[in-house]
This record gives sequence, structure tokens and C-alpha cells, in this order.
Amino acid sequence: MLHAAPIQATVDPVAQSVRLLAFAGARDVLGAAEIDLALADACTASQLLDRVCSAHPGLAPYRRAIRLAVNGSYVAWEDRVSPGDEVALIPPVAGG
Amino acid sequence: MSTQATSAPPENVPRIRSERLSLDEVVNAVRHPSAGAIATFEGTVRNENEGRAVTLLEYEAYGPMAELEVTKILNELHAEMPGVRIAALHRIGSLSVGDAAVICAASAPHRTEAFVACRALIDRIKARLPIWKREHGPDGPYWVGWEDARCSPDEPHDHKAHTHESGSHSHEPGSHSHRDRGHHHK
Repeated sequence: MLHAAPIQATVDPVAQSVRLLAFAGARDVLGAAEIDLALADACTASQLLDRVCSAHPGLAPYRRAIRLAVNGSYVAWEDRVSPGDEVALIPPVAGG
Repeated sequence: MSTQATSAPPENVPRIRSERLSLDEVVNAVRHPSAGAIATFEGTVRNENEGRAVTLLEYEAYGPMAELEVTKILNELHAEMPGVRIAALHRIGSLSVGDAAVICAASAPHRTEAFVACRALIDRIKARLPIWKREHGPDGPYWVGWEDARCSPDEPHDHKAHTHESGSHSHEPGSHSHRDRGHHHK
């Protein structure tokens, strides 16, 4: 399955949430390919994943294996995530 | 305009595709009068993985990011290895045993640089492209690498093997390695 929606590159100044995408095993655990996750203020990528795992405890056992991408690029855990961003849960990749 | 820029495929041609991949397409993309060597890699669907029989592999991509990431990899390698031309395609959707999932080609004046560039290209693609595969077979559907990643949240478990650094070799746990089909044109 190809996720065809365009990556959201611009930040919506009134956004109060992030668009959270989940793929492969992470999507199966989450039960959805995409959810709106409330986020009023910017936080770090690490804090955002903590929040996702608290809201969806089924993901917690996989936390250390998941990477985050923000607006289509991998981010470091201390990088900032802002309301309006497109955030993707990236399970261990298996291309090739 | 640099000579490398002319070897890059047009920006509007997707490199992540559901259609069958063509080795000729990547070879022709890197073919050049100054190249005395073209190395290629084709990753094919194998009939077993870690003891499980596999009849079908279902590939999924975060498409827009996978396109961005493969472009970054090609740009990096162009910068690191001047004079080398590289091209790659990755397939998604349902693939049968023997189908090509990924195809890479690298050309250079001499074979050593061509092999090195082709190896670096496939290694970075495998380590970084947001692409996943689900095995189908008698043991049921299985996301490659996912259950291996599970651990107790309070268990300090080093998941270095599951990180996505470039240069990690292609036989790490959870990876699905492929028969290497090298072609060498001189």
C-alpha cells in the first residue's frame, strides 16, 4: 500500500494537533493508518512518542524500535514537533 | 551544469513504484561514454526467511518520504563519489517469489568504484527507506522485523540492531536478504 497523501510542509498557525501516520506493524497495533493527535504546544520528538505510547499502550513494548519522521524526514529525539506537523511512526524498515 | 546532474532521472519520475522493475532502465540511466564499468544489484523475493516458508511479500511505503529519502541518498553518493553515476528503483505492492523488489545500478570509470557505489546505494536504501514488508505463507502474515522489536518497556534492551544507520550490513536480524545478481559490463 502506498501512502499517497502529500507531506504537509507548512505549519498551520491555528493547528492544535499533529497528523499522526502509522505504518506496517505500528498501524496494526494502533488500529488506524492516521489519527489526529492533540498537541497545543511544541514538544520534542521524544515527548511526542511518550504521549503516543501513553494514549496507545499497545505501542509501548515497541517504543525503542520506533523512529519518528516529521514532515517526511527522520528527526533526532531532541528535535521539535509543532502543532500542524505531519508526524510518522516509522517501525524498523525492511525495504529491499 | 555538472555532469552528475545530467545522469539524474527527471524529478517527476517516481522511484517507488507498483509496476514491475526494469534492470535496463537503471542500467541505461547510468550508462555513459566515460564509464568503463556498470555494477548492478537486484534484490529478489526469496521463498523462505528465517525458517518460514514465504509465498508472497507485501511491500508498503510511506511514499512521499521514501521518494525524498532515496533522492537524499543519491545526492549524498554523488557528492561522496564524483564521477560515479547511480540509479535505483524500489517496488511496492504484492510480490511473488523471484520478483525484483529493488534494483540499483552504478557506473564509474573502473569496476572498483562501480562496485563500491552500488554496494553503498543498496545498503543505504535498505537502512533508511521507509518501506516495510509483510510475509505471507503457511505461518500466516508477519511484518518483517516488527515482533523482533518488541520488548518489555522497562527492560533495558539495546535495539541498536534495529536502528537505521547507513552502512549497516544487510544480514542483520529481521532483514530479508536477497540473492545477489551482479552484472559487470566492461
